[in-house]
Amino acid sequence: MRMRTPFLALLAAAAFTVPAAAADKLTVYTYESFTAEWGPGPQVEKAFEAECACDLEFVAVADGVALLNRVKLEGQSTKADIVLGLDTNLTAEAKQTGLFAPHGTIGELNLPGGWKDDIFVPYDYGYFAVVYDTEKMKEPPKSLKELVDGDPEQKIVLQDPRTSTPGLGLVLWVKAVYGAQSAEAWKKLKNRVLTVTPGWSESYGLFTKGEAPMVLSYTTSPAYHMIAEKTEKYQAAPFAEGQYMQIEVAGVTVNGAKNPLSEKFMAFMTSTKFQEIIPETNWMLPAARVDKPLNPAFDKLVKPSNSLLLSPELVLQNRKAWVDEWLSVMSE
Amino acid sequence: MRRALAPALLALAALSILIGGAFIGLGVEAARNPAGSFSAFDGYLLRVARFTLWQALLSTALSVVPAILVARAFSRYPSFVGRSLILRLFALPLALPAIVAALGVLSLLGRAGYVADALTSFAGVTWPGIYGLSGILVAHVFFNLPLATRLFLQALETVPSDQWRLASQLGMSAGPSFRLIEWPVLRSAFPGIAGLVFMLCVTSFTIVLTLGGGPSASTLEVGIYQALRFDFDPARAVALTLVQIGLTVVVVVLLALLGASMTGEAAPSVSRRRYLLPSTMETVVNAILILLAGVFVIGPLAAIVASGLQADLGRLATSAAVLRATATSLVLAVLSALLAVALSWSLAAGRRCLAVAGRNARPGLLERVMDGGAGLVLVVPPIVIGSGWFMLLRQSVDVLALAPVMVVAVNAAMAMPFAIRAIRPAYDAAGERHDRIAAQLGIQGWNRLRLIDWPAMRRPVLTALMFAMALSLGDLGVIALFGSDAVQTLPYLLLASMGSYRTADAAGIALLLGLVCLGLTLVADHLGKGSDHA
Repeated sequence: MRMRTPFLALLAAAAFTVPAAAADKLTVYTYESFTAEWGPGPQVEKAFEAECACDLEFVAVADGVALLNRVKLEGQSTKADIVLGLDTNLTAEAKQTGLFAPHGTIGELNLPGGWKDDIFVPYDYGYFAVVYDTEKMKEPPKSLKELVDGDPEQKIVLQDPRTSTPGLGLVLWVKAVYGAQSAEAWKKLKNRVLTVTPGWSESYGLFTKGEAPMVLSYTTSPAYHMIAEKTEKYQAAPFAEGQYMQIEVAGVTVNGAKNPLSEKFMAFMTSTKFQEIIPETNWMLPAARVDKPLNPAFDKLVKPSNSLLLSPELVLQNRKAWVDEWLSVMSE
Repeated sequence: MRRALAPALLALAALSILIGGAFIGLGVEAARNPAGSFSAFDGYLLRVARFTLWQALLSTALSVVPAILVARAFSRYPSFVGRSLILRLFALPLALPAIVAALGVLSLLGRAGYVADALTSFAGVTWPGIYGLSGILVAHVFFNLPLATRLFLQALETVPSDQWRLASQLGMSAGPSFRLIEWPVLRSAFPGIAGLVFMLCVTSFTIVLTLGGGPSASTLEVGIYQALRFDFDPARAVALTLVQIGLTVVVVVLLALLGASMTGEAAPSVSRRRYLLPSTMETVVNAILILLAGVFVIGPLAAIVASGLQADLGRLATSAAVLRATATSLVLAVLSALLAVALSWSLAAGRRCLAVAGRNARPGLLERVMDGGAGLVLVVPPIVIGSGWFMLLRQSVDVLALAPVMVVAVNAAMAMPFAIRAIRPAYDAAGERHDRIAAQLGIQGWNRLRLIDWPAMRRPVLTALMFAMALSLGDLGVIALFGSDAVQTLPYLLLASMGSYRTADAAGIALLLGLVCLGLTLVADHLGKGSDHA
């Protein structure tokens, strides 16, 4: 019975606050690992809500690709004000939907190669890399060419580009380096491939279990092992041709453009508060200025000699053909 | 008797709505851009369809044939130390997410597994691992041999004890008693069980890709998943799903030809125990069979336990997220399992009602649908059901709020084919034995259920519940699609941990998941033993 009075009071309060709350709410669609307990979501929510005196709600779907499909499905009726978590391989397709509005003023970015896009704003970036087990591999490949031509007994675990972002990343990486000779490169690399898993987690699981000495992952992967597990056993191999880049972005939807909080959030996203949360929760590099120095483990990471990135339009036009080419070589 | 048809028709209607609604949702979307359904039929599809069929047939044969022998071995020894533990552990693989099972199998047979270590240190050879068809087969047998064993054992338990007494009075040895008593029961259960295993293997996805060694080992399910999740091409997804269903129907129909229909024993049994004494030779063979099957299933489980023990279990077991996920998993699994059993019981009753009505005729379409046909729901990928309903409902209701309902409905539908395999043989056997006497005594309705059916059905129903719960516990299909925070289950949390470097946590959660499942089987077994005096 003790419950009754506060409950009624709460109900009454809720009844009065509903209209106000509806106006001061921002809905952000993102991917699951962003909102995980250990992801950036909880901290970002706390920091932004303190600043805006509003309610920030995350709705999470599996990953960036699912995110775009979800928004496409919902179309004009989407509840999302902001979609956070697409990467540059998806932005061209996202623009074609006409569901996104140009962004307003944002803070200064700090991105290798700069950034020009009137709709999407980057919030972090990273590089794909071959991560290897230093106890099993004394001489890791020093270039993509060495990976392709190396000893077929030293295996690597890859992801399927049809179902995984890093998997697609490697297809683009090979394209960026080998161009028209990509099929021949895959033909050679195929002998080194232990297996191709549907997603990143399965392949990383096989790698840490010791099934293969190499896996396709990110340059930032060793940072996790150094910070959380205090081990330098796993390292990323710097490649002479450069590393392929992944830039993660957010965009305001046409509906969201009517919500004044959207612009606030986009500005917040490129502010130091948001950016300082990213490295040790999303295990990616900040896309704008941070005041607090990053954990020293990040200084030990591979600094790419060259950032490789194909334009979103080129990827949109060729993705299917390139993945089909990969498929026909790999399933021979 | 006709009254038994109504619930069965209701159950069929529910299943049809679940599947039909999804196809309508996808169909409407597909109609906008139907090109994908035609472009789906290319050379690659042919190769994938061939591989899907080939690996599924091999996996089924390798799981089901040994399962017959192992089940028979178990049935010969109704009590030995560890028997019930082994049989309980046999329910576990079903509750494990595919990647956990794959990693467990690799702990033994992988390039860094125990076999590889042993070979390197004793013989100095490098073990190439089991990537390729062999890996797929080993993992599928790990999943399905224990399942098939339990189901065949369930069927063998329907043999009336009077028959065993008679056999022992006649001094039958293993050969004749197998041929005359056990084989007919096994054979009548065979098409259903083999069909179930086949369907599970046809739709395999993570195991095929992860252990298959490359995209040449791929299934139609991968194509369906890709079409919906990545290319967003509903037309292609619908076309591939129909191909998958078509292939399965052909195989299930062919399997049905291998089976036989059984006429149960009409008289109620009066004796309780078995009297058959196996010969020494047979005892040795059976012991070896049980040992081999036990090692094959328990080996990877032990590896999963070993890596789970390295996790910080104290922290995990008290973490709010894990506790919440455990509760969510339990609630969803229990609800789905109850629904699955209710559906299966209705269908079994309806099918029997039709079979009795047309005793000498060939089974009609409706009767077939109520038996194996409803099982085809297994080859409609959860992602198809989920996306279809999502598309159908997104205009009118808050889809996220519906996520728990969808999860329960889809899990129940997916678990139903398992439940029906456990329930149907027992229901038919009990019906043969009790129908006439119940009719003579005028016992029907609730009284019949309570006094006559329930005592006979208690064990099979609880076995069915156990499998349904195990299956729902491990399921991820629909949840992954709705991706709603409202239904964070243990497997969801497990994959989320794996997806963000937390491998040890994931191993720990896998162990917890196994323990939860084992706990549920203990409860089910306990309840099932309750009234042996009946």
